[in-house]
Amino acid sequence: MAVIEAEHVHKRYGGKIAVDDVSFTVAEGEIFGILGSNGAGKTTTVECLAGLRRPDRGRVRVLGMDPWRDARELRQQVGVQLQESDLPDKLTVAEVIGLYAAFYRAPADGAALLDLLGLGGARHTRYRKLSGGQKQRLSIALALIGRPRVAVLDELTTGLDPAARRSTWALVSGIRDQGVTIVLVTHFMDEAERLCDRVAVLDAGRVAALGSPAALAGRLGGGQRIRFRPSRPLDGRLLAGLPGVTGVSRTGGTVLVTGTEGALTAVTATLAREGIAAEQLRVEQPSLEDAFVALTGAAPKPAATAGVPRPLAQTLGGSR
Amino acid sequence: MTAHAVRPARPRPVLPKLALTEAKLLIREPIALLWGLAFPMALLAVMGLTSPGPQADLGGLPLVAVYEPVLIAFISVAFAIQGLPGQLAGQRERRILRRLATTPVGPARVVAAQVVVNLAVALTATAGVLALGRIAFGVALPRQAAGFAVSYLLAAVSMLGLGMLIAALAPTGRTAGAVGTLLFFPLMFFAGLWTPGATMPAAAQRIGSYTPLGAAVHALQESMYGSWPHPAQLAVLAGYAVVFTAAAIRFFRWD
Repeated sequence: MAVIEAEHVHKRYGGKIAVDDVSFTVAEGEIFGILGSNGAGKTTTVECLAGLRRPDRGRVRVLGMDPWRDARELRQQVGVQLQESDLPDKLTVAEVIGLYAAFYRAPADGAALLDLLGLGGARHTRYRKLSGGQKQRLSIALALIGRPRVAVLDELTTGLDPAARRSTWALVSGIRDQGVTIVLVTHFMDEAERLCDRVAVLDAGRVAALGSPAALAGRLGGGQRIRFRPSRPLDGRLLAGLPGVTGVSRTGGTVLVTGTEGALTAVTATLAREGIAAEQLRVEQPSLEDAFVALTGAAPKPAATAGVPRPLAQTLGGSR
Repeated sequence: MTAHAVRPARPRPVLPKLALTEAKLLIREPIALLWGLAFPMALLAVMGLTSPGPQADLGGLPLVAVYEPVLIAFISVAFAIQGLPGQLAGQRERRILRRLATTPVGPARVVAAQVVVNLAVALTATAGVLALGRIAFGVALPRQAAGFAVSYLLAAVSMLGLGMLIAALAPTGRTAGAVGTLLFFPLMFFAGLWTPGATMPAAAQRIGSYTPLGAAVHALQESMYGSWPHPAQLAVLAGYAVVFTAAAIRFFRWD
């Protein structure tokens, strides 16, 4: 069952088109990612889903409701965590949760929710004194306090350190496991690869691609890359003609072979036959990031873990 | 996991909870409370103790009697102009109001609770000034109570309207606070904070009667001594109340 349907959504501010033509559906229990660079229309799209903006054209349905017309009821059932929204400095965590709980018909148990989010110990801490990660988790707690059927999480992990990001990801998976449908807005490709069942890549207000991260990466990411140092000099032509191999290049002592799925088997078999050892062999799968760059022509922001070379094969292959 | 365990739905009155939260937030700003609640009473006490008798240059009235309406005007500025706009503009700037817009309650009721709490504390401070004047220094309570109430109401609405207008136009909480502080001086000058009653130069008095708090102090003063406030003063106050409130509604932004 589709929990969210967006059909040809269009929204402009004055002369500037924020969302040109966006269509997608989100199934119940999915984690659906909305990806894009800054200004691609992500935030406007989710604001239309959350009933904060009314599309100029097109149709949006969330849980069967029109988010703009049925805003009152929608807000009982859709929890929203907004990018960069603060809370009063001088309220404690427990006071904020208690206040927001009073907004909903059938709220969750605030104390239990805080424990779940690792904020139990910060219950009597004022908002101003919380760390960035604690503020973010409190913000998630507020999106969940009304026991929503759909949670919209916008730029969930921006500004968090790598450890906090990982625990936040685990948390989001946990929420989904309880049956909550999640719309995740992000410009971090690793986050989308890790969490999302499907993603919509937005570019200039349009859906540039829609599908699972692995499918998008495989389709658009430019194939497998095999990198190694041969134990003795190697004639590139030996590999270039192999099935599945699309390119061979050499940088210093390192050989880079690009190709499709079958290339690795063919390359290793050939090397073995020639008695050449492949030292420092690395196989890189195409990542969602590669697909994103191919789609939008723009480099996404580096992840918070940037600086550490990320073995892409691990990101995609390891967890799936 | 327990977070989503079903609990029986029960009606939860949200407005008392909102008001209580706003009251807590106000109490946690002790400087603002000292300024708006304790300072006017302290000032009245100092005046009462240092110059107790009737003064010829004040039209034969004791200083405390002349100052009571001025201090009531001061209280309205402290809460409506110096306090509220900074809070509201800051909440918009930090997207607190935006976040509320995603909940079933919405930001309007939260802002309303804030206004109500500020008004309640301002009323308390006003009652405190009147009570202190009566008990400690023998200043009679307003003799024309209805006229006093009408004058007070119009003054309160015009100041709240101006405060909301500042909150509407100021881009940040800091700007709103600065504008409030800047407006404090002309508003309170014409109210007579520095030159009370008859000691203000005649020209300044005339101009003052067309400013919101100059008119308010005149109207409050007259009703304290038993006469119905001059219609011109009430008209000036009502005009400001309507214009400021309409402008605030026109320009107010939630995000």
